[in-house]
Amino acid sequence: MLSRVAERIYWFARYLERVESMARLIQVYTKMLSDLPRDSGISWHNLVIASGSRAEFERRFTVQDEKRVVRFLLEDLSNPGSMMSSLRMVKENIRTTRDVLPPETWEMVNEFRYFVSENVHLGINRRNRHAFLDEVIGKCQQINGLMADTMRRDTAYHFLRLGRYLERADMTLRTLEAGAWMLGDFIEDDSLHAGDVVWSSVLRTLDAMMPFRRTMRVALNGEDAAQFLLEDTLFPRSVMCCLNQMMESGQKIPGSPEGCPGLDSVLAKIEKGVDYSDPAALLKHFDVLQRDLGHMHGCIAETWFHAH
Amino acid sequence: MSVKESGSIDWSQYSAGAFYDEMITPKGNPRKACKAIAKHIASLSGEELEARRIAAENTVRDMGVSFTVYSDGENIDRVWPFDLIPRVIDADEWERTATGLKQRLRALNCFIDDVYHEQKIIKDGLLPEYLIKESKNFRPECVGVNPPQGVWAHICGCDLVRDSDGKFYVLEDNLRVPSGVAYMLENREVSKRVLPEFFETNNILPVDTYPRKLLETLISVSPRETRQPVIVLLTPGIYNSAYFEHAFLAQQLGIELVEGSDLFVDTDDCVYMKTIGGLERVDVIYRRIDDLFLDPEVFIEDSVLGAKGLMRAWQAGNVALVNAPGAGVADDKVIYAYVPQMVEYYLGEKAILPNVKTYLCEDPKQREYVLEHIAELVVKPANESGGYGMLVGPHASKKDHEAFRKLVQENPRNYIAQPTLALSTTPVITGPGSAEPRHLDLRPFVLQGSKLDVTTGGLTRVALKKGSLVVNSSQGGGSKDTWIVGAPKKVTAKTTGKGGAK
Repeated sequence: MLSRVAERIYWFARYLERVESMARLIQVYTKMLSDLPRDSGISWHNLVIASGSRAEFERRFTVQDEKRVVRFLLEDLSNPGSMMSSLRMVKENIRTTRDVLPPETWEMVNEFRYFVSENVHLGINRRNRHAFLDEVIGKCQQINGLMADTMRRDTAYHFLRLGRYLERADMTLRTLEAGAWMLGDFIEDDSLHAGDVVWSSVLRTLDAMMPFRRTMRVALNGEDAAQFLLEDTLFPRSVMCCLNQMMESGQKIPGSPEGCPGLDSVLAKIEKGVDYSDPAALLKHFDVLQRDLGHMHGCIAETWFHAH
Repeated sequence: MSVKESGSIDWSQYSAGAFYDEMITPKGNPRKACKAIAKHIASLSGEELEARRIAAENTVRDMGVSFTVYSDGENIDRVWPFDLIPRVIDADEWERTATGLKQRLRALNCFIDDVYHEQKIIKDGLLPEYLIKESKNFRPECVGVNPPQGVWAHICGCDLVRDSDGKFYVLEDNLRVPSGVAYMLENREVSKRVLPEFFETNNILPVDTYPRKLLETLISVSPRETRQPVIVLLTPGIYNSAYFEHAFLAQQLGIELVEGSDLFVDTDDCVYMKTIGGLERVDVIYRRIDDLFLDPEVFIEDSVLGAKGLMRAWQAGNVALVNAPGAGVADDKVIYAYVPQMVEYYLGEKAILPNVKTYLCEDPKQREYVLEHIAELVVKPANESGGYGMLVGPHASKKDHEAFRKLVQENPRNYIAQPTLALSTTPVITGPGSAEPRHLDLRPFVLQGSKLDVTTGGLTRVALKKGSLVVNSSQGGGSKDTWIVGAPKKVTAKTTGKGGAK
């Protein structure tokens, strides 16, 4: 497989995962705000933090109202982190790799892109936002399902997995981080059971509510939620589980006998854990892990994309 | 005007005037091969037709069939323009045309091989020597090279037109990097989805064997004798107007889509591609970039589209380039005029497909005629493609005529002239329930490896503006699916007794 093609497949998967993540994030955040009184002090800005485009937003806007934030995150093509921008990159990357993916993927991505550009206005107002974002998430799952069901487990498939799980692990970390920030907004007064609301929305963003309950068998709380989303080995959106999948795929790609480069040290840090009850330590832990994921991307690129 | 009260198409009201219409006779009756199809179209209400038209539009969009145009320094992806009504050709007529195309390509291949070896055709006095020497597409680097299987012209996209007599003429041969075949295949996919019942009741011959045959052609010219040679399609990249086709074909053939920077020619004069596991030897390169960009070592020095050393590897016989470098020498429009004679010279056969009458400005007598009749003629430069730098006499001003007279006199070798053809027409949907005649051409694709093959039909391009002769998609042209229609499918009942004819 050509290095250039491997790199594009990898990015195709990352951007597709990003589209889905953004839809989930906005979906759950909207629901959460409906449960909180208007003066709860929780602002839409946390969503900007979770999306990872904080600097870009602050450079351009001072007001952080719902409409501005949602537009910025959904349809703003000048924001490279917006859903539309990610979707554009999905298309750009598949355009140059059509020859290694199932043919229907190309068609589905095209349909998807037209659907979003024609309907994205529905996502701006709360009235139709839910239905629109649900459809977006569904389409991402459809594309992933198609590839899971029809693709040979060849090198291209494993590069897809590398991209998808790296992006997913990153998203889980960012969602956790946003949750921790949000709690900071409440610290003054917790009569609203804000902790409940925040942590349940973090788990819901990642579709982890039920798995959390059945696995941890405790009442909802931040420490256990964080531990679950970092350390659980079986839940597909936990960071640990994502890393394990990357390990598996890395071993099947020629050129790196020890598996996925740069992965071991991250695994070790997660296994070691942190004092989950200490908010400051936790935030630092998230930060370190995010940097490690960035480093891993560098190793992957070095090993497979920029060789020769 | 061809709208009935009910809103469906009424062929008796349809008229192409003096032009040969490929579907409807001057009396308003469908031609033989189109009978069932025209009748079926007329049976659809205006609403139904409109619904099918919209369905086709959406299908093309979702399938992502597009082409790239440059505008204001930007690349814009445009949706491929598709007209619902198919272009129909009788299977028997096609059979004869296909035989003619194969014959033509055999002769062209002999010619190219001769040009780069003994040049017998010049020694025998059939072709003046300066024609080759001065041809822009003659490549001295190719002299004496023996490409695998002796094939130079592997893929050819001939442009065919019908004149007012209803006969096919060859307008151009296109031996460099002809494009359009992906659209031919995608057009069929669209019509199968939106006109499914037509395929049940008519014997429409399939087109989808092309990718398989193309792959066979590519495999057959591999210099390494192996059942599974490594084949790549070399594209200039996403900014090329035909990138869609490059990606499509790579997918259909299961070959690697590469850019120049993915290739590497080592000191052993073999071509390798850069893979995640290291270098892998390449046997056949289906290149979709022009000769001059292929190899900065030999041609344009700062070309980033090709790879250093490709020519070296090809000359050493370690890789097949498809089409071979230098094959474009036969694309010269002056040389085109000699093709029917080449058929006789190399094959000892009479040319089956006629050329369009061509005046060579180099010849004093013919030049005199051209200068005198320039207002009726089409004047073309010998080595341009895509319709650039030509004069359409009847549509041009006196000033233009004068300018071209001057050009022809200054550089007669570089110009040819042809009569302005009365291009045939076929109906195009122009509104709900209405169809009008529009001009069209046809580009079949001919393959030549260890065997010869022709597409079933080809890509039909059609002008969408009334009276226009411009069929190029970049200039507002559209396309149609091309149906080669055979004798009706015979439903033969194998069993006797129950379930027989009703």
